[in-house]
Amino acid sequence: MNFEAMIEALPKLLEGTVLTLELVAFSLVIGMIFALPIALMRVSSNGFIRVIPYCYIFFFRGTPLLVQIFLVYYGASQFEVVRESSLWPILREPYWCAIIAFSMNTGAYTAEILRGAMQAVPHGQLEAARTLGMSTPMAYRRIVIPQAIRIGLPAYGNEVILMIKGSALASTITLLDLMGMTRTIIAKNYLAVEMFLAAGLIYLVLSFVFTQGFKYLELKITKDLRPHEVTNL
Amino acid sequence: MKRLIASVLAAVVISGAAQAETLRIGTEGAYPPFNQIDKEGNLIGFDVDIAKALCVAMKVECKFVTQDWDGIIPGLMAKKYDAIVASMSITAERKKAVDFSERYYSNTLRYVSKKGSSFDAKMVKGKNVGAQRATISSQYLEEKYGKDVSLKLYDTQENAWLDLTSGRLDAVLADSLVNYNWLKSPEAKGFEFSGDTIDINDQIGIAVRKGDALAGRLSKAIKDIVADGTYAKINAKYFPFSIY
Amino acid sequence: MIDLQGFGNQFLLGASMTMQLAAGALVLGLVLGLIGAAGKLSKSKIANALAGTYTTLIRGLPELLIVLIIYYGTAGMLTQIAGWFGHDEYVELSPYAAGVTALGITFGSYATEVFRGAIQAIPKGQIEAAHAMGMGSYMTFFRIILPQVWRIALPGLGNLFLVLLKDTALVSLIGLDELMRKTSVAISNTREPFTFYLVAAFIYLALTILTMTFMNFAERRANRGFVRAGS
Repeated sequence: MNFEAMIEALPKLLEGTVLTLELVAFSLVIGMIFALPIALMRVSSNGFIRVIPYCYIFFFRGTPLLVQIFLVYYGASQFEVVRESSLWPILREPYWCAIIAFSMNTGAYTAEILRGAMQAVPHGQLEAARTLGMSTPMAYRRIVIPQAIRIGLPAYGNEVILMIKGSALASTITLLDLMGMTRTIIAKNYLAVEMFLAAGLIYLVLSFVFTQGFKYLELKITKDLRPHEVTNL
Repeated sequence: MKRLIASVLAAVVISGAAQAETLRIGTEGAYPPFNQIDKEGNLIGFDVDIAKALCVAMKVECKFVTQDWDGIIPGLMAKKYDAIVASMSITAERKKAVDFSERYYSNTLRYVSKKGSSFDAKMVKGKNVGAQRATISSQYLEEKYGKDVSLKLYDTQENAWLDLTSGRLDAVLADSLVNYNWLKSPEAKGFEFSGDTIDINDQIGIAVRKGDALAGRLSKAIKDIVADGTYAKINAKYFPFSIY
Repeated sequence: MIDLQGFGNQFLLGASMTMQLAAGALVLGLVLGLIGAAGKLSKSKIANALAGTYTTLIRGLPELLIVLIIYYGTAGMLTQIAGWFGHDEYVELSPYAAGVTALGITFGSYATEVFRGAIQAIPKGQIEAAHAMGMGSYMTFFRIILPQVWRIALPGLGNLFLVLLKDTALVSLIGLDELMRKTSVAISNTREPFTFYLVAAFIYLALTILTMTFMNFAERRANRGFVRAGS
């Protein structure tokens, strides 16, 4: 095991880590923006409105992320129309292609988490809010969604970890994220095992930090749900 | 219990030593016309033909293993195969990790770009230039231009061309022979060689693990197939000029 | 069979390899998951710690990285292990074996939690009753706990299998001729990435639907004779 080479590679790997975090952060934010309307459509009482998000979610949850990212990056450029459209300046950048694929993917998962969480809020509360004179949108905004966020938080924490791990696929479309950087370094020093282990350690640290962060967050926002501390007798 | 575990291990894994008469050859399978996979899933190309001819000359059996390019040297070192016949340039960096046979062909580098773009080596600065990861082309660009060029690295050569035709790249730097072959394909219509040939005395050899006597045997076999005309026959199948 | 510009057959072969890979990883993953759950529920602190380390480590690493580490990193280790058993030749994992191992280890780390939850869902009274009837711990586990665990764990395992099915695509990066790799070959021959990646996507969807149908059937079968509370 060549530890020296691992330490030598560290600055480059950390440079890649920054890009990884950037991709993940952007994708999560955009994914969340996608997810909310999709989840709301999923719980709609209108069958037609329900079926569109269902197909979207089914596609993105039923196919590998690798296929999705290739579809966006290499697939879109197959068509002259796309290449001449005003979207091309965005779609020609691997950076944005990765973010598009990642956010659509995480959007689908997040929507399902939100839907489950919204449906876990007792229906009586919605009815009570309506009785109090709130409109449905207001009832959702003030009553259902805040509780749904709390209920869905643990599942969302898992999704964030999955996104961090999934972002390694950005390396397949020329991006030098942590994984891409690792593979580029291996192309020069051929120390595959050492470099993969070093990258693995960084991924572990990221997962650990985010897991702990979510645990802390969960503890904070569920404070009122727990019974008051009882001192041991 | 020991026996059981050992036999399970033996069943799951391939053990290399038992088949001493088989030469396992690693190649990429995505580098036309040198090595690629056809519709039926067969490995074809100049490298493959040469490797088969070498095996005949050495009186050993050839077994091909395909491996993505950026893992091809780690794969050799991890003994996934015994020799790499995949159009690999003999470079000082690689020599630190592996040994090479004598060359089996020579090569130069050349850019391809859109017709009329009059792209040449002087215009590289700030342009999007594509190359395959872990090739002499990518190394050349990195060493010569560093951060001055927006270098995009691809897992396969094919993907670099895909991005050239889609307009993501201004130019692709690759082996002249490979670019030459690509320019003959229908989707390369509208693209041409640009700039001068970059001759960095590039020689293509067969990589083996450090200290493996195979290198000498392969070198001798290369001489043999050149001498008996097999090489020229294979050469003519792919290029109308000698590439030795 | 749909022709797909002459690649129909290749896609079929690829899909079949994908299924073989998923099946192999499933078997290994189930075994690892059961061992992991046993470790987590064991009274031994060492077993707890080992199982805990296993799940934390594996769940924190990208699947792609696990596949690559297993493929490139295990050769040296395996040769050494074979040496202990008196085999001194060189041993290494084929892409298929490496894929099964990597995906199996990943599946196992998640299955550990599913099994643990399922085992804990079995009323303690049953275990006490088994002990009272003179059954040992092993017998209780195999006769009382395990048959019920299947029923409770099935939905969770089904979801994990769907994840596994998608992760098989990563094994294309170490050269196994599964669906994804067949797709790239088709694309390098036709230069139609969108068409063929979409074809691949629909094959994965079909496999997903197939799995879900099978899971529904399996769940119904597992639940026969089991009356839901309140029904």
